[in-house]
Parts: sequence; C-alpha cells; structure tokens
Amino acid sequence: MPRTNCSQALQEQILQALSEQKTLQPCGGHSKDFYGRTVNGEKLSCAGHRGILNYEPKELVLTAKSGTPLQEIEAILAERGQMLAFEPPHFGPGTTLGGVVAAGLAGPARAYRGSVRDYVLGVRVINGHGQILHFGGEVIKNVAGYDISRLLTGSLGTLALLLEVSLKVLPLPEAETTISMSCDSTTALQHMLTWSRQALPITATAWYRDQLYCRLSGERSAVHDAISLIGGDENTDGSIFWTALREQTLPAFTASKRLWRLSVPPTTLLREESGEVILEWGGALRWCCENRHLIIDKTDYWDYAKTVGGHATCFRGAKPGTEVFQPLPSELLALHQRLKLAFDPKSLFNPGHLYGTTAATGL
Amino acid sequence: MTRTKHAQTCDPVLLSVLQKILPDDAIVTTEEERRVYECDGLPMFRQLPMLVVLPDTTGQVREILQLCHAHKVPVVARGAGTGLSAGATPLADGIVLSLARLNAILDLDPQACTARVQPGVRNLAISEAADPHGLYYAPDPSSQIACTIGGNVAENSGGVHCLKYGLTVHNILEIHLLLMDGTLLILGSSALDQAGYDLMALTIGSEGLLGVVVEVVVKLLPKPVLAKVAMAAFDDVSKAANAVGEIIAAGLIPAGLEMMDGPSIRAVEDYVRVGYPVEAAAMLLCEMDGNQVEVESQMVRIEDLLKGCGATSVKIAADEAERAKFWLGRKSAFPAAGRISPDYYCMDGTVPRRKLAQVLEGTAQLAEEFQLTVTNIFHAGDGNLHPLILFDANKPGELKRAEDLGAQILLLCIEVGGTITGEHGVGLEKIQQMCVQFNTEELEQMHRVKEAFDPLQLLNPGKAVPRPRHCAEYRLASGMKSGEDPHAKD
Ligand SMILES: Cc1cc2nc3c(=O)[nH]c(=O)nc-3n(C[C@H](O)[C@H](O)[C@H](O)COP(=O)(O)OP(=O)(O)OC[C@H]3O[C@@H](n4cnc5c(N)ncnc54)[C@H](O)[C@@H]3O)c2cc1C
Repeated sequence: MPRTNCSQALQEQILQALSEQKTLQPCGGHSKDFYGRTVNGEKLSCAGHRGILNYEPKELVLTAKSGTPLQEIEAILAERGQMLAFEPPHFGPGTTLGGVVAAGLAGPARAYRGSVRDYVLGVRVINGHGQILHFGGEVIKNVAGYDISRLLTGSLGTLALLLEVSLKVLPLPEAETTISMSCDSTTALQHMLTWSRQALPITATAWYRDQLYCRLSGERSAVHDAISLIGGDENTDGSIFWTALREQTLPAFTASKRLWRLSVPPTTLLREESGEVILEWGGALRWCCENRHLIIDKTDYWDYAKTVGGHATCFRGAKPGTEVFQPLPSELLALHQRLKLAFDPKSLFNPGHLYGTTAATGL
Repeated sequence: MTRTKHAQTCDPVLLSVLQKILPDDAIVTTEEERRVYECDGLPMFRQLPMLVVLPDTTGQVREILQLCHAHKVPVVARGAGTGLSAGATPLADGIVLSLARLNAILDLDPQACTARVQPGVRNLAISEAADPHGLYYAPDPSSQIACTIGGNVAENSGGVHCLKYGLTVHNILEIHLLLMDGTLLILGSSALDQAGYDLMALTIGSEGLLGVVVEVVVKLLPKPVLAKVAMAAFDDVSKAANAVGEIIAAGLIPAGLEMMDGPSIRAVEDYVRVGYPVEAAAMLLCEMDGNQVEVESQMVRIEDLLKGCGATSVKIAADEAERAKFWLGRKSAFPAAGRISPDYYCMDGTVPRRKLAQVLEGTAQLAEEFQLTVTNIFHAGDGNLHPLILFDANKPGELKRAEDLGAQILLLCIEVGGTITGEHGVGLEKIQQMCVQFNTEELEQMHRVKEAFDPLQLLNPGKAVPRPRHCAEYRLASGMKSGEDPHAKD
C-alpha cells in the first residue's frame, strides 16, 4: 500500500475510536506484550504498515514505517555492512520498528554505543487528536523545535501512534571478539569500572554465573591490542552469549518467576539479592531473577533503587493490574500527566500502560 | 531583525523583594550596565532588558522565579551570551536571569567518569578539570572557552567531534530543572535510563523555554590514545563534498570531518599562517582517533580515499604541534572573517550529506543574486553547513540583504530535505523559517508541550516556536498559500 493510504487508514481508525470514546492499544509484533502495565483497549495493529522508505548507507540514515519487522531492517543493514548500534532485543520473531522505539529498550551495547533515543532522528506520528505530525528529520543534527522524537522514544505508545521512524545507523565493526574470565560479581564490577575509564574498544560487558564477559569491536588491531591489555580467554561462543543475554534466553532468565530490572549508577555497590543476579552495561544494569514466588515486596526494589539514584522495573511476571515502573515523585508525575494531556487529551492511547492511578490520570 | 522597544522600569515592589533575595551587586539596574546584556552572539537583535539579576545560588534562582511567576514577569535565562540565534535576547518588560555566577564544578568522579556542575561552568573548564584523570567532555563547540554548559544544554550544542561522539544530548546524564513556578525537577540520573518519559532529552535543545537548568551531570570520556588529522586540498568544491560521503561509505567514522571553501582557506591562512593550501577551491580536515596501530592504518585508508576522490594534495600532521596548527586554522574562522569584512552573519542549516555540493552551489548562486560574499567553513561529516555571509552594516541596505540572503539559504536547506538549524537553535532569528519547516498542527503540538511546563508563557516567550497566527501572516506575506501545509509530501 502506498504511504498515504496506509497512514490514512490508521488515522481513520483513530478518529473513529475518538468519536466512539474508545481506547486503543497500538501494537506491532506482540513481542513485548509482557512489558509495562496491562492495558484494556482495542488493539490497533500497525503490523500491516510496513516497508523501508529510505535507506542511504552513505547518509547513515534509515527511515521505515513502524510496522516494519526488525529482522527485515537488520537484514538490509547487514547487507550494506551496517547495523543498529543500540542492539534492540527482539523478544520474539515479529518485533517491529514501532515497538522497538516505543519500548526504548537497548541491548548489551547500550553503555558503550548509546540508547535507542540516541539514534532516533525523526518520527511521523498520529497524536490523540488524530493529527498526522512530523518531527525531526533524516539529518544527524537538527535542533529546530522541541525534540519530540526523543520524548516519544520509550513512552510506550502512551502519547502518540508512531507511523514512521528515522534512525541513525553505523558501520559494522571490522572485527569482534569476546573474552571471558572466571570471577565473582564484585571483582567483575571492579573490572568493568576500570575498563570504562580507559580508551578501549569495548562494546559490551556482562557477568553471569561466575563468568565475566567482555566484547571488543572495531579495527582488527585495536581489538587485538585490547585483548592483550584486558587478559582473559577468547570465547568462541561470544556472539551466542550476547544474543542469549539480549533475548533473555539464558537459563537464569527462563527459570525466573519474576524478573526485576535495576538500572543504577554503575559505581553502586552490589547488594545481596533474593534471586540470581546478572550484570550488564558496565555495571549500570542489574537483572534480578526471582525464582521463588513473590517473596520480595516490590517496594523493597523501589526504595533501594531510589536510595542509590536509579530506578527499578518489574520487567516480567508482575501481577496484572499492579504497578511495574518505579513510582515518580509527585511533581514529576504531575508533569507526565500534563504531557499526556498535551498529546492525548482523551486518553486514547494505552491508558495506564506506564502508571495507573485512576482512569483519568493514568498514563 | 526586531525593532527595539523602550525598556520598562521595574515595578518598585518587585525590585524591593529582589533586593531581599539578592545582594546589591547581583541586581543590575543602570542602563549602562544593562546594555551589556542587550544581545547575545547575534548582535542584529538587540533589546535593553528591564532588569538583570545575577544570582549565585540555586536557592536564589528558585526565589527569583517564584517571584517573577507571582508578578507575571517574563524571564530570559542567560549563560555566556555566545548564542548565535538571538535565543538570549532580553525582553523590554522582562528580567534577564544570568546563570554566570553559578559556576562551580560540584563534583568530579573519575571512578564513574562523571562531573556534576553548575550551569554557568564553561564548556572548556569541564575538560580542563577532567584532564588530570585522563578524561574529557566530548562536545566541543568552537565557542568552548566562553560558552556555558547551561547554554549548551539549552541549544543541544555540537562541535567538531559530533560525528563520532555525539551532541550535548548524547553526553548528559542528569539535569536539575527549575520550572517557572519554582518547582525543582530532577531529570535523568547517573543510571543510564529513567522511569517515565525521557524529559531530559526533551529539555535538551529547548532553548530556555521549558525550565531553567540549575545543575548538570555530564559524562566524561577517556581521552583517546592517539589522534591524527589529514588535510586534503581539492580543486573543486563538489569533489571535496563527494569525498565526505565516500569516507562514510567506506565504514569509517572520523572523529572530526570539516570542510572549508577557497575564500575561507585564504582568509584563515592570511590571519593565522598555519600552512593551508591557499590555491585550493576547497579543503577537508579529517581526524581519526583510537589506538596507535588503528589510527595509523586508518590514516593510510583515508589518504587513499581522499586521493581517489581527486584530492590534489593530502598532508598528515606529523606531530601534535602540527595537528594543533591545522585545527587552529579551523577554530579561527570567525576572527579571520572579521578581518576581511566589517560584519558577518553565520547560518546553520543541516542537509543530507549527498546534497552538500548542490547546496553549496545554490548558496553561491544566491550570494551572487544578493550581491554579497558567502564563505563556508563547516561540519561536513554531519552535513551541517555554516555559510558565513559577509556584509557591512554601515552601507545602507546591506544588513537587510544579508538577512534576506540568510533566509533564502535556510529555505534551500529545507527544500533538499534538511533543517534550518543543526546546532545554533531557532531563537528569534529563525522564527519565520519554522513556519516553513513545520505546519500549524505541529507548531500547536509544540505549544502544548510548552504549556505543560510553563502555562503562563513566562520563560523566554516569543522564541523558538512561532505562534500559528504569526505563521499565517508570514506565509501570506511570502506568497505561500495561507494555511498551506509546508511539507505535505504525502
Ligand atoms: C565564535 C562562536 C563559535 C560557536 N561555535 C559553535 C559550535 O561549534 N557549535 C555550536 O553548537 N554552537 C556554537 N556557537 C553557539 C553558542 O556558543 C552555543 O549555542 C552555546 O551553547 C551557547 O552557550 P551560552 O552559555 O553562551 O548561552 P547563551 O547564549 O547565554 O544562551 C543561549 C540560550 O540558552 C538559554 N540558556 C542559557 N543558559 C540556560 C540555563 N541555565 N537554563 C535554561 N536556559 C538557558 C538562553 O535563554 C538562550 O536561549 C558558537 C558561538 C560563537 C560566538
């Protein structure tokens, strides 16, 4: 379908829902249905709204419709020796670009190459008034008007429906190697912090089951130099490990009943957790895999995260209807509510997907 | 250009409360002293403010805002006043809130690679403080000796190293933002993401319209082991522009990739004598950084690529001293222009890299039409053009011609799929062209965002986002169909 008809069809559905005072749940490949608070709304599928609209390898920019499968985008980039540097998780075969940007989740490279929003250059959206709007563009530097593209990244579809996204892409590294070494978590964290202070071509670090993993990517010689500096053994299964970490298919993840995501300043000391712990992102991301049923109260994680200056998310396994994201200070929550009104005054999109207090104030 | 209004006298009640909040030397009332603040780095826009205040604590800033909020007095935040889009231009009935005295580096944590600083800290001062730890703050605007981190956040400033290291938004972890009513928000943290919306990213580049930045945590990077720069001369501008795309296409991401046209090369060389190729029609500076072997091997590839693209000569700086010399020329662009022209006006559009040659050519044609000289020194790797319009404000009509030419160049950038500003911001300067880049509904959406932060419209009103009504008038006057969607491509 040409660009127009497709966006118009979605726009019509939105206007229809507005007039009928319905709520909508924008969705793509359903790969992240587990994520965020549960929403009651009519499904608005963007999966048919697909296709790459512009890809110029020399410009390092790709624009695609929101329903385009992530796999398709990754494949076309790989053909031209390029990649999405933030390594988004798929969490399933059908993941779409819209879902990737709406969820704002990045993979193992995040601490070294940047987040989803760091690579978002522009969006075309439909807001809660049913208007098709375009912000940002296809150029790398652009400060005309507020940076609404980056605001929408990670807003879990609560502000507007994404129609198209332009992303900055990067060349694939010439060489990539993973090294690993045995150590406990405290030692691992120490290593990660030390490495962060040096100019090394590190693109991922993780600690899992008494192994510290470090991925080096770049010019062959740079990778080679770094290996001798860091030590450890070359791990030939490195890329399998990083994929399993990103996709949460490592046994610790799959065995967990409830998965907590702790995003903290990397220098935060490790604490005893009730479940198995996995470290990523140079220490800035800590997964707690609870494998017994709901023994820890959620507020324990939230209080802890607040004290150390980070935030905690009940990533998987929250009881339906309950809060999953770190509670916001009241003045910040109030601003969130005003912004929700600024984009979606009738609470059309995903009400209560982020926070739910009452129907009127939920985001 | 704005017509200057007569500055109002400050309400004595307001003044007396301000005198309780601030020491005497922190309130600027005399006309002579207020003159210092009448413009930023774009002096075509001038306005004497009603009053200037120079608090030195966050508490004072908060009280000033609360007071102005209660009295409905507009406030314009100001850093060093180096902005190039008239973003810090005062209001006749408003207060200029200078953050220059909040200039302490509160904490530098080499373990976490972060620095917590006040908004008035100069950009370069952060890298200087980090230097003993082998760290630095990456975004390096050419104004970095003077401009403040608060101003950088407000403009999402870039520098010559953006292509590889990103803009301000990629290098900030946390912002403390005071809303107009005095509410303090902490956006972001030293963790790598936040709960809720990414309000930090929204705040960056918001040109002082959403809140006043009172504290910033920046990310520090380890200094690369080695950096090398190549200087390539071309006998044709489009060959140089083409080489930019070829370097990227080869999978290389230079730390810096800058271009200069012939007139700029000669103006700079006359001024600083750094050994630039004065015969050339254009030159590129291409810097690679990393470890020893990596940089050496990349420089070989760069040299081959440049020659393959028709470079008439490629010179690689032999040592640190020569590398510094090559960059000194680039950084002297403005003063060099100042020597050959009484006045100059710097534009700031970004275009897709493949359109560089076309836009440079179009700019030259426009310059001829307007009978003015334009020189170009710019961030080619980012497609971020800085056409420098040379003029003489003392010659009748030249200033107006320069402004009109500038406006045409911006329209050209939009036409080829680019943007009216890559890093300097909209301010007052490009408010008209915003009406071309965005349609009414988009502008209204931006205004609703503004209202969520500042419902009374007291923070830097009139800048960055034009009123749709203003746009309707502009579009009518400039012959566009009124209400026309300027980018109804589909
Ligand atoms: C010679 C020269 C070279 C330049 N080179 C570059 C370059 O390479 N790259 C680039 O991006 N820019 C460049 N600039 C533009 C300018 O230096 C930047 O925009 C800079 O970030 C402005 O900082 P400032 O402290 O001077 O801010 P000001 O000019 O004082 O203010 C700029 C804007 O920020 C707002 N503001 C300032 N402080 C705060 C605060 N604490 N809270 C909220 N809002 C605030 C003001 O209201 C205003 O809208 C250059 C300017 C000059 C004169």
